[in-house]
Amino acid sequence: MKNSIAERVSDFLKDYPPFNKLTNKTLLKIAIEVTITYLEKGDTIFKKDDVCHDSFYVVRDGAINLYYSNEDVKEITNIHDTGDLFGLRPLINKEPYKLTATANEESIVYGIPIEVFQSLTDKNNKVQKYLITAFASNAFDPYTEEEAGKIFVDYLPSTSQDIVNFQTANYTKSPITCTTTSTLQAAAKKMSDHKIGCIVVVDNEKKPVGIITNSDIKNKIATGLFPIETPVTNIMSSPVMTGKKGLTIAHGQLQMIKHSIGHLCITKDGTVNSKLVGVLTHHDVLVNLGNNPTVILKEIKRTKRTKKLREARLKGNTLLRSYLEQNIPISHIINVISEINDAVTIRAIELALKKMPTAPPVAFSWLALGSQGRNEQLLFTDQDNALVFEDVPENKYEETQTYFLELAKLVTASLNKIGFEYCEADMMASNPEWCKSLTEWKNQFKSWILKPDEKAVLLSSIFFDYNRVYGNKELVDDLTDTIYTTLAETDIFYKFLARDATKSPSPLGFFKQFLVEKNGEQKELFNIKNRALMPLIDAARVLILSKQIRGVNNTSERFEKLAELEPNNKELHESCSYAFKALSKFKTKQGLLRNNSGKFIDLETLTKEEKLKLRRCFKPIQEIQDILKIRFDLKNFI
Amino acid sequence: MIFNWFRKNKKEYPDFWIDYLDSFKAPKKDKVDTTRFVAFDTETTGFDKKNDRILSIGAVSFVGKSIQVKESLELYLEQEVFNPESVKIHGIMKKGSLEKVTELEAIKLFLAYIKDAVLIAHHAYFDKTMVNEMLLRHGLGKLKNEFVDTGYLFNKSKHIIYRESLKEHYTLDDLCKELNVPKVDRHTANGDALITAIIFLKILSRLDKRKSLEWDYLLKA
Repeated sequence: MKNSIAERVSDFLKDYPPFNKLTNKTLLKIAIEVTITYLEKGDTIFKKDDVCHDSFYVVRDGAINLYYSNEDVKEITNIHDTGDLFGLRPLINKEPYKLTATANEESIVYGIPIEVFQSLTDKNNKVQKYLITAFASNAFDPYTEEEAGKIFVDYLPSTSQDIVNFQTANYTKSPITCTTTSTLQAAAKKMSDHKIGCIVVVDNEKKPVGIITNSDIKNKIATGLFPIETPVTNIMSSPVMTGKKGLTIAHGQLQMIKHSIGHLCITKDGTVNSKLVGVLTHHDVLVNLGNNPTVILKEIKRTKRTKKLREARLKGNTLLRSYLEQNIPISHIINVISEINDAVTIRAIELALKKMPTAPPVAFSWLALGSQGRNEQLLFTDQDNALVFEDVPENKYEETQTYFLELAKLVTASLNKIGFEYCEADMMASNPEWCKSLTEWKNQFKSWILKPDEKAVLLSSIFFDYNRVYGNKELVDDLTDTIYTTLAETDIFYKFLARDATKSPSPLGFFKQFLVEKNGEQKELFNIKNRALMPLIDAARVLILSKQIRGVNNTSERFEKLAELEPNNKELHESCSYAFKALSKFKTKQGLLRNNSGKFIDLETLTKEEKLKLRRCFKPIQEIQDILKIRFDLKNFI
Repeated sequence: MIFNWFRKNKKEYPDFWIDYLDSFKAPKKDKVDTTRFVAFDTETTGFDKKNDRILSIGAVSFVGKSIQVKESLELYLEQEVFNPESVKIHGIMKKGSLEKVTELEAIKLFLAYIKDAVLIAHHAYFDKTMVNEMLLRHGLGKLKNEFVDTGYLFNKSKHIIYRESLKEHYTLDDLCKELNVPKVDRHTANGDALITAIIFLKILSRLDKRKSLEWDYLLKA
């Protein structure tokens, strides 16, 4: 008999994982068995230690809180919204619930009977994996952390999990402190009394000046470096890294990754110059997250084999996929993936250095170029890199270069194995042309800038976006200084760059149709990289170089910086930044879909909405090109 | 048959009607949270109780706050009277592809489904009348169930200070909007029945907050 309700239930479920992996027929069979439950705010679905229900749940409307309850302490671990699953424990084992689930607001949930569900999805591997992963990522139990890492290999998107990243971090609100005049012994006593792993040293105004952790005591006291009566100021780490009240978990986590620290002091205004209000520890972050970039980065840093690096980088890809599906802001995705890419490269270099018969004869730096240099690389793309080494006497030059070429070959080979294709144009450090001493590099850039030609402009799009990934910082700073001084001497180079940035016209044809490739293998496909992304990247580069701004490599950040510097063009720059992010996201999604770089898009596969979205992004391209034409006076420049 | 219905004694009633009446002999539960409720809705050819007919009946039942999808009722009735105007609203054609039952069969299934449950409907009087007319046509008595009207109940749930702004007549759509109920399945009988059930539960939770809830409070005086 017809059951309209079941049809509607199944209509709802089909949009959410894991139900989106089932056929309509199976789904309808499941839908018939569903129990629809209405919940008032505060109603409990199950309590900690309750016997397992024979259903698991999907939120239809409203939101469900899951929390640990310890006597009177309630610690919310997750809030589930429409489409999220919860109460998955009975799928895994028949132990009582570990969490309590209550309605955060008036809600309607669907109960899916496990027996029916399992008998219908028994042979569907994807569904099983999804559920196990969803379960693991919901159980924020530090003891399953290792296991969660393993499950992550098969990580399928969970809509509930990574949202947590953007919730406000739950930090310790009443941190234990000691004053600058305390002795270490007193501080250690306090730590052991409170059973904590760190103590913040504060001044008279309660501003944090330093931090002492267990490892400080282990490394500096237990080794006999300092006597136990030493003032805390002697052994504390200072200054402390700080964050603002209300910072997100994702942000806190990124800070920790960046500075390789485990503790973030939360202060009133987010700087060391205001009162300490809390401490966010690495552990707090981990408790908030099941699977996370930190775990991947840790793995990368520890690995001893290239094969493992590849696995780790692949996990980055699945992470990327799930981030995209969950609409995490693209700028954050880029940050995380860039960190992973950089970490992979660093580790590959470290491993290569170990394989070399001797240590490097002089200091050197490994530069990432192109998209990796701009920190915009989301998918596996070509590797573009270069190497700069310290100046050596002329008679030593060849010998030194040979050493670094050998090293570069090892690195590029393992990067290739990891999944970064060799650069077709051979723009890699293993090419003698791009593995040079500092002085040689300076001369190279000078000639590009002062005597620009087509080739120079072509290369500039890659070489002017370099970023030091590994090695000596001074070498790179020195090179950058020279480049900016040379740039100040001439205008002609900017003209070349600007002309290049305006050479590919708006991606829309006269009749507002997309301009597609006319020949070759990619015929009738839309080249989103060349036609939409490159014009934005090129425009951002020439504008930021002409403003002599350093250290901002990322295209969207460049536009944001430009918006700040040119208030009259603020809106345009902001929309360029937005367009760039939107387009990169689009390209990345396409790439994931087709398992390639996502450069070419088959317009046939796009929905009307997607096409409209793309079109909207093209508008600022034309406007920014107009600006370039005027600013660099391109009208009379041939 | 119709003229002498009042002379009929019990024995002459069909079994299903007797079963229906018998279900009321069970001791009455007086607590709201253990009472079986059936929310139902009828789609009709029009609003004339004598000439119009029921096209479909949808119903969902629940005890507490959970509704089993499997245990919902959805009936489409074979038609003699047909009003092309109303097809626009509910989409039920005289000869559609839907599996249909006779009016008598529908009565049997409906009575067996509702038993002694408390019935909930939006503007219950209309649905009650239409069902009673149908029963009458087949020589049966009126429904014995208690009725809760969500339109009436909604007014009751409003705080006294808003009473003045209350409308005389709330449509189901009005209530969906006021109570934030997704209107995914309006105008199929059991879709509307589900919406009515959820509206009832939502109003109930609002009434309950003020802890003024007694059983007969729900019923229209």
